[in-house]
Amino acid sequence: MPATAQAGETIKIRSAIQHPMITGHTDAGPNVAPRKIIHTFAVAYLGAEVLRVDVAPGIAANPFFAFNLRARSSGDVVFTWIDDTGEVIVETRQLTVT
Amino acid sequence: MGGLKVLCIAIVLINGQTIGTVAADGPFPDEARRMRSANEFLSPALRAEQADPIRNRGMLWVEQGERLFAQPPPPGGAQSCASCHASPETSMRGVAARLPAVDAESGQLVNLEGRINDCRILRQSLPPLDYETDELLALTAYLTALSIGEPLTVSIDGPASAFYAYGQQLWSERQGQLNVACTQCHDQSVGRKLRGDTISSAVPTGYPAYRLEWQTLGSLHRRLRSCQLGVRAQLFELGSREYLALELYLKSRARRHLIDAPALRR
Repeated sequence: MPATAQAGETIKIRSAIQHPMITGHTDAGPNVAPRKIIHTFAVAYLGAEVLRVDVAPGIAANPFFAFNLRARSSGDVVFTWIDDTGEVIVETRQLTVT
Repeated sequence: MGGLKVLCIAIVLINGQTIGTVAADGPFPDEARRMRSANEFLSPALRAEQADPIRNRGMLWVEQGERLFAQPPPPGGAQSCASCHASPETSMRGVAARLPAVDAESGQLVNLEGRINDCRILRQSLPPLDYETDELLALTAYLTALSIGEPLTVSIDGPASAFYAYGQQLWSERQGQLNVACTQCHDQSVGRKLRGDTISSAVPTGYPAYRLEWQTLGSLHRRLRSCQLGVRAQLFELGSREYLALELYLKSRARRHLIDAPALRR
């Protein structure tokens, strides 16, 4: 994502994360690997949630999300990924609005 | 005048037919036999995805490798990679293009994965990393990416010549239940179809590569293993002398091709 934007401008944000997204359906037989996917991806801007995705097992490994955001004022954009083991990955990027 | 025109058309037709039959059944014309970069076999959409550092998922491992390289290892290890190899952007540039090479002390052929593990054992007092672990893939991806744009320049002279000859022998030997040799597809049938895909020239510049079929980054040895699975041959161990010799042969065959790892591959 860009570090700066003009007020009212729509910016494009793209995110990718390293995750195996194990569906729980592979290795048929006695050794089925338990499902381990990122089930939720959420984005907050200026303290308010602007995007929430319920992710299904059909999404490929290392999921990539792109979306638009309208810049209002300077603040943090916080990206949160939550997976089936309860692991929460949080990344924060600063957006400066001029 | 009219007669001359017809004659000209006839000659063109005959020439066209001759070229057509040679390409279909006999040996390929020189133009097609030229080594084609693996990127030529990608769709424009995949090529664009590969060139974009955010959409190219291989870059996730490069970032991880950059962290692992700079970070001091967990307690017990003496130093980080960067404490010996300072400013890797310049000092490690071109290293991946020269490997595999024969190690002067042991006399063995060592590739980038082997070099990383040698450093871990000898200099960092850490256990070696297994093939296809995220850590080893990340370090190889990072170090190979530092050589992007460098031409492959492996040496096949002196001590390496025996390994090169062994690699060439493996390349041209029939194997597996299907009883085919590497060369029958990747020299003699380049550009033709095999299942849903086009047979490539086996140019290994993109490895470790993010293969869509795997949904993850994988080493060149894993890719060689996929071909062996395809012809139902007995698999060699990842990192074995057979795969190392084949890696040397493939990289010398593709000399002057530019490194573009981590690449996207189907």
